[in-house]
Amino acid sequence: MPTHASSPSTIARTRKASSALAGTGAALAVLAVAAAVLGPALTSLPISVLRLVVGGLLLVFGLQWLRKAILRAAGAKALHDEEAIFAEQAAEAEDAPPPGEGLDRYAFAICFKAVALEGLEVLFIVLTFGANQHDVGLAALAAAAAVLAVLGLGLAVRAPLARVPENTMKFAVGVLLSAFGIFWGAEGAGASWPGNEASLPFLVAFLALTALALVRYARGARRTVPAPVAPAPGVEA
Amino acid sequence: MTAFLRAVWEFVVGDDWLLALGVTIALGITALLAAADIAAWWVAPVLIPVFLVASIRRALGPR
Repeated sequence: MPTHASSPSTIARTRKASSALAGTGAALAVLAVAAAVLGPALTSLPISVLRLVVGGLLLVFGLQWLRKAILRAAGAKALHDEEAIFAEQAAEAEDAPPPGEGLDRYAFAICFKAVALEGLEVLFIVLTFGANQHDVGLAALAAAAAVLAVLGLGLAVRAPLARVPENTMKFAVGVLLSAFGIFWGAEGAGASWPGNEASLPFLVAFLALTALALVRYARGARRTVPAPVAPAPGVEA
Repeated sequence: MTAFLRAVWEFVVGDDWLLALGVTIALGITALLAAADIAAWWVAPVLIPVFLVASIRRALGPR
């Protein structure tokens, strides 16, 4: 068993594609059931408690994403090399016991684990955004559309998605999650924002500028072995 | 049970517990000030970047 989750598209390419799809489908079904149970439970909480808990968790997740993106943009943490990861995962999959007749258990288990683990964090973010706006259904629909788009892309390409500007996307998502987390968390704790929702763009801009400044700081301060440097938005490499 | 708790810890706290601590402190101070009818919206925007800087410095190691 590999120590990290392989991508379903890699497994589908190197093992039995039908078993990889079955594992992916099973994980999506589990996530759908989790959404159906957790969604109503979240919306039944008092709005201040919901915003405090949800804001706090969004903020923790957002800061984790932002921290990694800053360190990667500064070259202090290795970038995801999709080509290398693809080759490594493909070699692991080929080294595993060969599939016999029927279900390829290796392909099923790896795809189930990868989709369920990665999907859980996304599910939580979607549910919390939806619950805060009292529209879990719309948020879940948008998330399902995104899942289908990524799944379709993975199946169509069946190769590493090396051209996706992963770190820039994570940087932006980290800023947005952190801004919404601060906004909702503080509201849930009893604070009132000047201008209410109008303060959100200022929060986003403030966090983005802070994070960009931190990239510059980290680039100057790092003492690690030079690693590939990702362009952060607005920062020259 | 231990494995489950560890998975929950890793899911929520992640790579650096300092950030989770910072969020708890920032929202806690916000709640205390708000309960005393003192303007508290500025607390998290001030404290969160401080903890983010501390976390980045920790990750970069001793200078």
